[in-house]
Amino acid sequence: MSTRRHFLKGALAGGAAISGATLAPEACARATHTRPAEGLGLLYDATLCIGCKACVAACKQANNNPPEFSTEDKLWDTPLDTSGYTFNIIKMYRNGTMQTKDAEVDGFAFMKTSCMHCADPSCVSACPVSAMVKDPVTGIVAYHPEICVGCRYCVVACPFGIPKYQYDSPTGKIGKCELCRHRYADGHYSACAEVCPTGATLYGKTAELLLEAKRRIALEPGSVTRYPRGKIGGPDQSYEGKVGKYLHHVYGEFEYGGTQVLKLSAVNFEKVGMPDLPPKSSASTSETIQHSLYGGLVLPVVVLGALSFIAKKTVPDDDDAAPDDSQEKKS
Amino acid sequence: MSTHQHAAPAPVGGSLLNAVTVVCGVLILIMATILLVRFIFGLASVTNVNDGYSWGIWVVMDVMVGSALACGGFSVALLVYIFNKGEYHPLVRPALLASLFGYTLAGFGIFVDLGRWWNFWHIFWPGYANPNSVMFEVAVCVTAYILVMWIEFSPVFLEKLGLRDVRKKLNKWLFFFIALGVLLPMMHQSSLGTMLVVMGSQVNPLWQTPAVPLIYLLTAIIIGYGVVLFESCVAAASYRRSIEVHLLGPLARIMLGVLAVYLLVRVVDLTLRGAWSNAFAFSGVALSFWVENLAFVAPFLLIGTAVARRNPARLFLAGIAIMIGGILLRLNGFLIGYGHHTGTGWSYFPSVGEIMVTVGFFAIEVLGYIIITRRFPVLPRETAPAAS
Repeated sequence: MSTRRHFLKGALAGGAAISGATLAPEACARATHTRPAEGLGLLYDATLCIGCKACVAACKQANNNPPEFSTEDKLWDTPLDTSGYTFNIIKMYRNGTMQTKDAEVDGFAFMKTSCMHCADPSCVSACPVSAMVKDPVTGIVAYHPEICVGCRYCVVACPFGIPKYQYDSPTGKIGKCELCRHRYADGHYSACAEVCPTGATLYGKTAELLLEAKRRIALEPGSVTRYPRGKIGGPDQSYEGKVGKYLHHVYGEFEYGGTQVLKLSAVNFEKVGMPDLPPKSSASTSETIQHSLYGGLVLPVVVLGALSFIAKKTVPDDDDAAPDDSQEKKS
Repeated sequence: MSTHQHAAPAPVGGSLLNAVTVVCGVLILIMATILLVRFIFGLASVTNVNDGYSWGIWVVMDVMVGSALACGGFSVALLVYIFNKGEYHPLVRPALLASLFGYTLAGFGIFVDLGRWWNFWHIFWPGYANPNSVMFEVAVCVTAYILVMWIEFSPVFLEKLGLRDVRKKLNKWLFFFIALGVLLPMMHQSSLGTMLVVMGSQVNPLWQTPAVPLIYLLTAIIIGYGVVLFESCVAAASYRRSIEVHLLGPLARIMLGVLAVYLLVRVVDLTLRGAWSNAFAFSGVALSFWVENLAFVAPFLLIGTAVARRNPARLFLAGIAIMIGGILLRLNGFLIGYGHHTGTGWSYFPSVGEIMVTVGFFAIEVLGYIIITRRFPVLPRETAPAAS
């Protein structure tokens, strides 16, 4: 049946055009973004963290968030995970007898969960209305509730599970760490870093934080070094401490093109809840596909032209006309 | 268009008050009540969506699946107007009507799920709109398609209202709207698949692939034909009309052709990416993958021969198999094969309230289809019109 073959040929050609655009997208390839040179961030060093959760409390206060309870008596703020009302939390890894800190077996360790401020954030790429935007200078991924439509594509897209929504409210917002950008005007910086007693959370420019992280990994475990606290380049609050058994991996250096929050740990990152991510961001893959198909609307306009040309021939003037019409015309 | 003589569309007639319409009315009232609670107290008051599964069935069933099931109009228009198969023309109006409802309700479905719905217009507003977002493309294309479909379908109302001048003017431009009505679903049905890409490895490799736009586009076309098979059989049975086997048989054959192309693409893609091992994992996700693909293979067994394609029951079952496969492909990608990297222990199953809203949307579709086919010229006239 030649017409059927004609149809299948057409279907195949259309498919080939799309797969061609999808699978060979060199022309429109969107490379993974890198961190802005002056980007701001945090360095979280799990070996320095003592799990005091001062950062959790300070974050609540700085962002004016209500307490969340997970205990019967509801005496104090005890969130079990980040949420629309909790933007920062310290989680604990436990194994066996939990005797040794930062040991994978029979040990325990801490890990901070808060926005990583990705170089190429999935949430920013996903957001249909630019409510989630990355500052070109500071690199802070900021959220604008007055723009947000509440579709929660950011919640679904983020590999770190960071943007979260306030489901209990008819006017719920997305909640996430914005690196305390609202506190910079009066000389403050990220509240979690400001209050951290051990310097486990350190604030600064990511480029400088990365150097500091690499300095630490290069040190001999057990040796003594100076650890800055608060803010890199701020007033000297450093102290002498023992070097931990770091993994030789600065988490966030390359993941998804890099993140502005960096992490050091002695325990395998996946075990403490940090996903194993490739250096290529999913946002770049997604946008490469989109721009290959829709860049400048070239492909859609060409296809529309072709379809219109064909439809002009196949759609008769009296298409859809009921026979009553033609009969009435005759009479 | 090649000249084909077929019965022109005419209203089916009959009473609008019967058991089916009353049940639909009750279901719609229940939905309205649940939605009232949702808008007053927030999403948590009626849904089970959470930060691990922020998109529940209101997004995945009502929008992803609902719009795919509404591809009959697109698939048949593609066949009739682009591949110039005029003999299928009687299928255009009923298919378009179902699509019109399916899509309009998909748009309504996304609206009730929006946490900050009063800002929805930002998606279309320059300055707010983000062209990098796959969802932006989907939202704009779906909205445009809904408008185009109402225009494509408007001759039905214009006929009824006797507005011949308007109809004539519209007819001059109808070819353009028909072309748009083919292009727009190609764009957003493929993009509905692309929406998975940014989620990265949170989506099981069985459904996370750069070929996902092609996979979603091909299945949308196939589901379109499957739904036409299904709907034609249901409409024939419930209106006690004869089944258009002479049209549905050849249509089913075309469907099988596209289905073969799809299965080839699927197998090649899974092989090239080395993703097959996920299908042999001992898990519910792997099981769901096999059910999905068995449903896509089933039509070859059901209606593989010309004789089988003359059997209405087999055509009906093949239509259902395709719908199951298409529904599962979307459920698998967005819910069953999706899992947050962080915070294990997230789970989601729709609440009764969520299910009743989705059921309510379906009830609006059925009720609308009944009212319009009984009162407006949509379905082909059953007996040849008496010559005047």
